[in-house]
Amino acid sequence: MKNLILVTSVVLLSTISLAAQQYITKNGRISFYSDGPLEKIEAHNSQVNSALNTETGAIVFKVLMKSFIFEKALMQEHFNENYVESDKYPNSTLKGKVTNVNEIDFEKEGAHEATIEGDLTIHGITKKVKEKGTFTVSKNSIHGKSTFLVKLDDYDISIPGAVNGKIAEEIEITVDIKLKPYKN
Amino acid sequence: MKKTTTILILLLLSFSFNLISQEDMMDMFDDGPTTNYTYATFKTTRISLGQSVENPADGNLIFDIQHHFGRINDGAYEFFGLDQATLRLGLQYGITDWLAVGIGRSSFEKTYDGSVKAKIFRQSTGAINMPVSISYFGNIGINSLKLTDTIRKNDFSARLSYTNQLLIARKFSSAISIQLTPTFIHRNLVETKADDNDVWAMGAGGRFKLTKRISLNLEYYYIISKQTAKDFNDSFTVGFDIETGGHVFQLFFTNSRGIIEQHFIPRTTGDWLKGDIHFGFNISRTFVLKKPKEFRD
Repeated sequence: MKNLILVTSVVLLSTISLAAQQYITKNGRISFYSDGPLEKIEAHNSQVNSALNTETGAIVFKVLMKSFIFEKALMQEHFNENYVESDKYPNSTLKGKVTNVNEIDFEKEGAHEATIEGDLTIHGITKKVKEKGTFTVSKNSIHGKSTFLVKLDDYDISIPGAVNGKIAEEIEITVDIKLKPYKN
Repeated sequence: MKKTTTILILLLLSFSFNLISQEDMMDMFDDGPTTNYTYATFKTTRISLGQSVENPADGNLIFDIQHHFGRINDGAYEFFGLDQATLRLGLQYGITDWLAVGIGRSSFEKTYDGSVKAKIFRQSTGAINMPVSISYFGNIGINSLKLTDTIRKNDFSARLSYTNQLLIARKFSSAISIQLTPTFIHRNLVETKADDNDVWAMGAGGRFKLTKRISLNLEYYYIISKQTAKDFNDSFTVGFDIETGGHVFQLFFTNSRGIIEQHFIPRTTGDWLKGDIHFGFNISRTFVLKKPKEFRD
């Protein structure tokens, strides 16, 4: 009986805190760069979905691959059609956790270092990742930033023979999100 | 024992909470149905010879170099047709994503051409459901050969010819796209009295992906006007699109020597069965004149 009360209260408490501590954005930015010997690739996506729960540290990203804009339309088409196969795998996601959430005071304005661990899914392939970033807390918003490297090979994104060596095997990804409190 | 069970349950619960909350968080992004437009029905603005439903992107200028060599059955003396070529140089520009204009010059009868291509419908699923993409293509050709016929009065209008096409295409899967192309061509002047000034034709073309970066393209134009059909053959082309990073090369075999529509649709003289086959290629270079707003300073 005692246990039941405990469990119930845990359940109740967690749902309450869930509702209160969510931050969200639907127009975050993710860019990627790769500086291969011949082909410099750059693309920007400014419709990134992201949400953060400052209580549990849960953080998620949902990125529509078709929303990446390239300078050359043909390159964008190749990216969608042949590299990430956007018809088959429309979204990339990250389901993760801010591991040092207990050390971060999201009430305090200023920059906080964060470590994020979770499952990154690109091109239908999920890998465990652990990356560093910062959360800059200001009045009514949390500004998240991170830069990290992704190996194309890890996500089974193949480079065709003809351009092999022209495209870098690692892509630098820059994340820039401005999260606002979530209102139902 | 009891204590450990409780802790275990709590641990399990907290785990499942994390999971549930992340799934729930994903659900927060849903804002109802969106329209998903089909892209890359064809790889370039041409299937091989004829127009496809694709346009140059907004602000992109494409420089086209198109070659149709001579006939393979001309033999070794003519190096299997490679000694002769019909050439067209062209420019096409995307004013918007749905409207493009083009100019070009073809060595066949020293013909200049100007064209317009507009997307009317785009194939899509989701909030807007559209089974096919439909575009309009129109051009005007100006023959600039020196006048040799001294008997006939030569008006400028006699040099003009026009093409009007509806391009109706559907991408059935990432590997298969099919296009139907009802075509109406008008020539102000034709070679003989037996030839029709107006030519109706129905084109059918398809793209079949063989690998991720190579596709087989087939194109056929059936001439409906009977009189022209007696003197000329239907145009049939077997081609390949080969993508190499930033470029697409189109290589093909065709029985048509002409490169623009009023030349290759009603005036194809080659016969596949006799070996009157021309090797040809299209290469293009794209210049981004107007960058996407993400790339402007």
